[in-house]
Amino acid sequence: MSRQQREYPYTLFLIPGALAFLAVIVVPSLMNTGISFTHWQGVGTPEWAGLDNYRTLLDDDAFWESFRHSLAMVVAMAAIPTALGLVLAAGLFDFVGKHFGSRTASVLRACFYLPQVLPIAVAGIVWSWILAPEDGALNDLLKAVGLGSLRHDWLGDPDLALYSVMGVMVWVQLGFPLVVFMAGLQRVDPALYEAAELDGASWWRRFWHVTLPQIRPEISVVLLWCTIAALKVFGAVYVLTKGGPGGATNVPSYFSFQSFFETTQVGYGSAVSTVLTVIILALALVALRLQTRAEDQER
Amino acid sequence: MRALRRYPVLAALIVAAVLMVLPFLVVALNAVKSPAEYSANGPLSLPKGLYLDGIADFWERVDFGQKLINSVLISGSVAIGAAVLSVLNAYAIGIGRVKGRPWVLAFFVLANMLPQEALVYPVYYLSKEVGLYDTRLSVILVFIVIQAAFGTYLFSSVLGAFPREIVEAARIDGANKWQVLWRVVVPVSRPTIGVLLVFFFIWTWNEFLLPLVMLISNDNQTVSVALGVLQGQRLMDATMTNAAALLGVVPAVIFFLIFQRTLTRGIAAGAVK
Repeated sequence: MSRQQREYPYTLFLIPGALAFLAVIVVPSLMNTGISFTHWQGVGTPEWAGLDNYRTLLDDDAFWESFRHSLAMVVAMAAIPTALGLVLAAGLFDFVGKHFGSRTASVLRACFYLPQVLPIAVAGIVWSWILAPEDGALNDLLKAVGLGSLRHDWLGDPDLALYSVMGVMVWVQLGFPLVVFMAGLQRVDPALYEAAELDGASWWRRFWHVTLPQIRPEISVVLLWCTIAALKVFGAVYVLTKGGPGGATNVPSYFSFQSFFETTQVGYGSAVSTVLTVIILALALVALRLQTRAEDQER
Repeated sequence: MRALRRYPVLAALIVAAVLMVLPFLVVALNAVKSPAEYSANGPLSLPKGLYLDGIADFWERVDFGQKLINSVLISGSVAIGAAVLSVLNAYAIGIGRVKGRPWVLAFFVLANMLPQEALVYPVYYLSKEVGLYDTRLSVILVFIVIQAAFGTYLFSSVLGAFPREIVEAARIDGANKWQVLWRVVVPVSRPTIGVLLVFFFIWTWNEFLLPLVMLISNDNQTVSVALGVLQGQRLMDATMTNAAALLGVVPAVIFFLIFQRTLTRGIAAGAVK
């Protein structure tokens, strides 16, 4: 006991981490919040502006539009992949895994997961070529099967661009919920399924009344996690559309990037990113609460 | 009844899976066509032969070898640095059970969730001030911290369940805390640390915003940034675009094969929740 008291405390092991986080996370994010209360071009001295930037923001249609597009991204990256992922995971687990072997199931799972490991910049290159108006693969395919009238400038038409980007994001995101749900399904007690089967429940009823309630913790974590990812989308928009045409696909992260580095309204960009940060951290806190509660229930 | 339904479900799932990988296949198909062939027969025809000049041209034009070296160097350094930092943090939190542990953990989670947009301008500005702008080192340092935020969270919960007897036994044998960490905790946790290294490597490889802002000169850019910037300039014709995409896809597929195995190993070791 006396030896242990002389020895350095465990807190010492936190010091490198604490210093690194102070320099890279804490100081920059406080600076960012500070800058949001100023007018600044990135050079010279920032000029105090109080809440000016936030007032401008409230009246800025481009800002509101970018947040509306964020909601579209939440649909494309959280709602649709979660719903599709549930059905696919249950199908892979119930039908393929049980009757055709787990190897077949994991090969199929791998196909769905592949886009998740692809750098978003590369996914963007692939899709901007597929969706290209003149010599893109999609328009060519439509022509080949006699649906030439459906050809479009998928990323260049202001009415369509947002839907095209959403489609790409579904493709990118789908693998994540699928893998998490398949892992979750292995946890479900087989006796519950057998009981449902004895009662003569159809597959859909069993899916609805047994599977879904059993993996609810996974569903809520995936939904929140994907929602946060959707609010952060930057790379896809940068590579696919640069927020265009005419702001039709702009999102808050790209909007703040433009303010920082293209129009050099650094104060304004900081205000946009501060609002985004507040929303994301609020959601993160909810996620954290949910997760601790789920873990408590497990114990 | 039930047996009859299996095959349509399997068929539907296979079709869906093929649709998911179809873009990769079409890209591979078109990357090996000559521009003349592409404009004559369009994107859907099968290539008549292997035309590799497009890929070679693109490789040379963007100095792709250098981009690969940069990406490996940055992702590799970040993976190792972030793993070390995560281990130190998690040792204090998970085994040392320092005071205010839930708050410290919550801090790391929030740091991980923070959108990079809220860091990017100050990081850009500060790195210019200290002369680290447009260096690979700046990106490495920033991502070590960002990735370690997740690593600390995950590894703390793993170490929270670490068998106390092992630590106690080593302490009784006279090992100090530093020795217990490196000679007992780290070797026993090797599977989890392996999973973290792979995750960190792939995540850093795929990062876009911060490297885009921080790495301006051609010699420092990563694969992701170089490809993204080229695409943004809209200077590439269709065959070159496909060559670029193929060169971007190949490393990802290679990691994916490694990642698959590590993921299963990680789940088997009870590491990934």
